[in-house]
Amino acid sequence: MAALKPSRRISHLFAVNPTAVLHLALWGALSIALMTVDHRYHALDRVRDVLATVIYPLHILARLPTDGQNWLMEKWASRSALLEENARLREKQILLNVQLQKLTTLEAENRRLRSLLESAVNTPERVLIAELLAVDFNPYRHHILLNRGRQHGLYVGQPVLDQHGIIGQIIRADPLTATAILITDPNHALPIQINRTGVRTLALGTGKLQELELPHIAHNEDVKVGDVLVTSGMGGRFPRGYPVGTVTAVEFDPGSPFARILAKPAAQLDRIREVMLLDNQPPIIAPESTDAVATWTR
Amino acid sequence: MTGTPPTGRWVIALSLLCAFLLSGIAWPGELDRFRPDWVAMTLIYWCMALPQRIGIGVGWGVGLLLDVGRGGLLGQHALALAVVAYLTLQAYRRIRVAPLWQQTFSILALLAVERILVFWISGVIGYPPRDWWYLAPALGGMALWPLLFIILRDIRRYFQVS
Repeated sequence: MAALKPSRRISHLFAVNPTAVLHLALWGALSIALMTVDHRYHALDRVRDVLATVIYPLHILARLPTDGQNWLMEKWASRSALLEENARLREKQILLNVQLQKLTTLEAENRRLRSLLESAVNTPERVLIAELLAVDFNPYRHHILLNRGRQHGLYVGQPVLDQHGIIGQIIRADPLTATAILITDPNHALPIQINRTGVRTLALGTGKLQELELPHIAHNEDVKVGDVLVTSGMGGRFPRGYPVGTVTAVEFDPGSPFARILAKPAAQLDRIREVMLLDNQPPIIAPESTDAVATWTR
Repeated sequence: MTGTPPTGRWVIALSLLCAFLLSGIAWPGELDRFRPDWVAMTLIYWCMALPQRIGIGVGWGVGLLLDVGRGGLLGQHALALAVVAYLTLQAYRRIRVAPLWQQTFSILALLAVERILVFWISGVIGYPPRDWWYLAPALGGMALWPLLFIILRDIRRYFQVS
């Protein structure tokens, strides 16, 4: 009799799950509710914190091949190569130190002049290094995931840089990881200034890693290809004077009131590995009274 | 439903984990646009192989972890993968009997549905796709489906997951 009973595989072949639609409706409704709550009210930060911590080991695991390769390279690098590299780095350090000395004098002088002018003093910023964990799959949304989080002192709105210029800013800080938005993200705008002329404008992301757009610059404004863009410090998120990019194209369309100006980011956004995070949290808004300046800059 | 207890839960979990890790590895140059969604493909495989065990709920959970891991909107991939799991459950009898190269077309459709859902939601929250390249990973997934199918089938047979 047992032979007549359909085997397990066969019975599943014809099994119809009548509750599938119900399941789909249930889970679908749940995801829509989740998305609404997450997007509109940001009420799920606690849940996200927990899940992000759960998933953190996975990111570490995903980095293992690269980390392992680097480790092996270092381990098996020959002594002479290491010595050579060491000498080169030492030379570079001396060079940088000399420049730094000059910078310290300049900074002191700058501070003195600024205090003469009674304007807000630029506080020296603390810098934190973070490494890249993941890049968003979505080509129209330039987000990156970093291996430092709230526990290491990161906060939302913190500027992110590489050694060439501004990369973006932190938009979400989880306990152990943080998400940063790149300046080329279509939803990002960065207040900038053209270094040569001092013209202030915004650098809008275009969704392309090699392109920024500068809107609202009149035809008669003095902008040339090759002009260097720096942060203007407007808006209080980014400190003043960090390189953003260079102008690559200036086009005049007689039909439009503004020139079409494109720029290339100074930071190498397509090969980010390590980033620097500036810590300039306290003076976000320009202080009203000079007393406040004194307490903040101390 | 049946007397024998389900086996190989760890095999399924590990394969999904590997898929997650794989999806984080960039492909060289322009090819990166075709980098398939390994997690969705693995999910589709298990839905087809074990429809009585892997379904909408599993897809949803995996999607939620994907949302956290990739830093997107919570529920975005969850919804997309739940729908993909549902469609796979509806169609697995037709897909499973087809030759491997014909299966790839069904996979293309399923992966395209997933892409469209994810980007539709992105569009709703203000990140509309700018061109048609966002469907390229579905093509990449289609091309690599036979490879993934054979590997996962052998793994399933070896560990006797049923």
